[in-house]
Amino acid sequence: MMNFKLLVSISGSLLVARLKQTIVAGVGVTFSIAMFITLLSFMSGLNDLLDGLIINRTAHIRLYNEIRPSNLQPIDLSETYKSHHNFISSVKPKKERLQIYNNDAIMNFLKSDLRVSGIAPKIITQVFFNIGAIDLTGAINGIDVEAENKLFLFQDYVTDGNYIDLKNTPNSIILGKGLAEKMLANIGDMIQVTTSRGERVKLKVVGFFQSGLQDIDNAQSYASISTTQKLLGESGSYITDIQIKLNDINLAPSLAKEYQNLFDVDAIDIQTANSQFETGSTVRTLISYSVGITLLIVAGFGIYNILNMMIYEKMDSIAILKATGFSGKDVNRIFIGIALTIGILGGALGLLLGLGMSWSIDQIPFNTSALPTIKTYPINYNPRFYMIGVVFSIVTTYFAGYFPARKASKVDPVIIIRGK
Amino acid sequence: MSQIILEAKAVSKYFHDPITVQVLNDINFTINRGDFVSVIGKSGCGKSTLLYILSTMDTDYEGEILIDGLSMKNKKEADLARVRNEKIGFVFQFHYLLNEFSVLKNVMLPGLKLGKYSEQEIEHRAYEKLKILGIESEALKKPNQVSGGQKQRIAIARALINDPLIIMGDEPTGNLDKKNGEIVFNIFKELAELYNQSLLIVTHDQEFAQNTHRIIEMEDGRIISL
Ligand SMILES: Nc1ncnc2c1ncn2[C@@H]1O[C@H](COP(=O)(O)OP(=O)(O)O)[C@@H](O)[C@H]1O
Ligand SMILES: [Mg+2]
Repeated sequence: MMNFKLLVSISGSLLVARLKQTIVAGVGVTFSIAMFITLLSFMSGLNDLLDGLIINRTAHIRLYNEIRPSNLQPIDLSETYKSHHNFISSVKPKKERLQIYNNDAIMNFLKSDLRVSGIAPKIITQVFFNIGAIDLTGAINGIDVEAENKLFLFQDYVTDGNYIDLKNTPNSIILGKGLAEKMLANIGDMIQVTTSRGERVKLKVVGFFQSGLQDIDNAQSYASISTTQKLLGESGSYITDIQIKLNDINLAPSLAKEYQNLFDVDAIDIQTANSQFETGSTVRTLISYSVGITLLIVAGFGIYNILNMMIYEKMDSIAILKATGFSGKDVNRIFIGIALTIGILGGALGLLLGLGMSWSIDQIPFNTSALPTIKTYPINYNPRFYMIGVVFSIVTTYFAGYFPARKASKVDPVIIIRGK
Repeated sequence: MSQIILEAKAVSKYFHDPITVQVLNDINFTINRGDFVSVIGKSGCGKSTLLYILSTMDTDYEGEILIDGLSMKNKKEADLARVRNEKIGFVFQFHYLLNEFSVLKNVMLPGLKLGKYSEQEIEHRAYEKLKILGIESEALKKPNQVSGGQKQRIAIARALINDPLIIMGDEPTGNLDKKNGEIVFNIFKELAELYNQSLLIVTHDQEFAQNTHRIIEMEDGRIISL
């Protein structure tokens, strides 16, 4: 214990004697840790924001029926042609397949499943929006307004009008902002759509929504489930999609498979549906880490340099310490101590500076019509980044100190003393 | 009744760079407790080399060294450091004081490393040693604030801090003027006579040597008279 205290005090004295260089090396660590924290916080904030754009509005699992031909064609049933290559496929997909049968029972089952946090039924149907002589292709999402709002914060994206009017006003529609502009439609106007069955129906515009994704805002619209069922001439039990949110998003792929078999419908999980999106997040995180680590390595070289210089200058001191009874291990610890002191002090200041820089970015106004709920640049204050910063700064400074310290511990006092 | 504290048995040493030369050849001698011994010989005859081997810093030799009856052969680096710390005090031609520390702390360092006494105790003892050497008034200065003669006295105080079995000096007065050289010599003599301290001092100063108890004379790596 006393030995440790002694070594620390020697490290400290050597540090103080070279205060300027020590500070420069420390500032290198501070700067790189601060940049590392700021970058990660900002990038992660951006990731969260973009995740919010997609993940908050996307079901973790979507149940639906895909139009697809029967797997078994009549010819396959024939014993005679069993070993032949069959290319006759006379049984075509049926239109009715879009509907999820028994959806009441499925929804009741899902509501009682503890892994599920919420469900919302939906009907997706293609329509033409009529503008004078022109028809625009688009879609109507028939939704359970309250369930949709609970699961996907629907009201956040309804920028004009009140979302609940969709439920209370019969035959009403909320149009995507881009779509509404093309149609020159204002709130209160009646617009006309042509359904896939060829019928023309008039609907009342009660609001506009803006998702932040152009493709959606230019072609999509929302109506209540009952309005949509009427539009399609279907009964009150007709729905095409069941959207499911889970308590743990990571279970989505496995649960999707489970439900697919259980209910005999198609099921797609969010990870599969948005894999390209995941890649973007991963790349951003990767960039932050590589920049941070690069900066830290540069800072590590700073520490390496100052230690090498110190050892070169302090050869005499090392020699006399060894001559008077300090072992190579003691000398090694003295210089590792110097490196770690620079790393820990520089790193701690770096954490504070990083927090400050993140906070500053958090104050910069960032207004975009695409994201009505965002007011400033996004920052994620995840304590994990700070932990990683601490670990990184200690590890790099340790390695930066390792080789110089080893060199110091191997100094042969006889050679130094003879040289005088 | 004299007790052997240092013994060299058939010590030989070779340097291999650039060509193999033998610099020490079958060195045998003993030093008893309380001996004040000087080693003399022409420059280059191997005095320093012998001293580095006796001090355990140089481990590349043939033969055997016994300190306090224990062989130094096959000891680990850390164990040898411990021996130096506890049993040997050094004074070199150059003082090797650490400018980062006060005079007092410089004297205390080997004591703190040994850890036999508390820090206050060691500080107290350091003051005692400085007093013996007549420089206690310089205790709180930095080494670069004192004179050359005083520096060498501080180095002697540092060598004394752990009450070593033996003090070894490699031309400790070599860098000093005549007056300071005499002061240092008188200190050694006082240590030997008053405190029964064993000393082994390498010197090329004949006058210095004549005043010690015993002279070991070397020539070309051999002892020619004990
Ligand atoms: N590292 C070395 N490599 C080769 N020869 C050396 C080395 N160190 C010392 N010598 C030689 O060893 C001999 C003894 O040197 P040294 O012990 O320093 O003599 P002294 O101290 O008696 O003047 C000298 O001839 C010197 O040149
Ligand atoms: Mg010499």
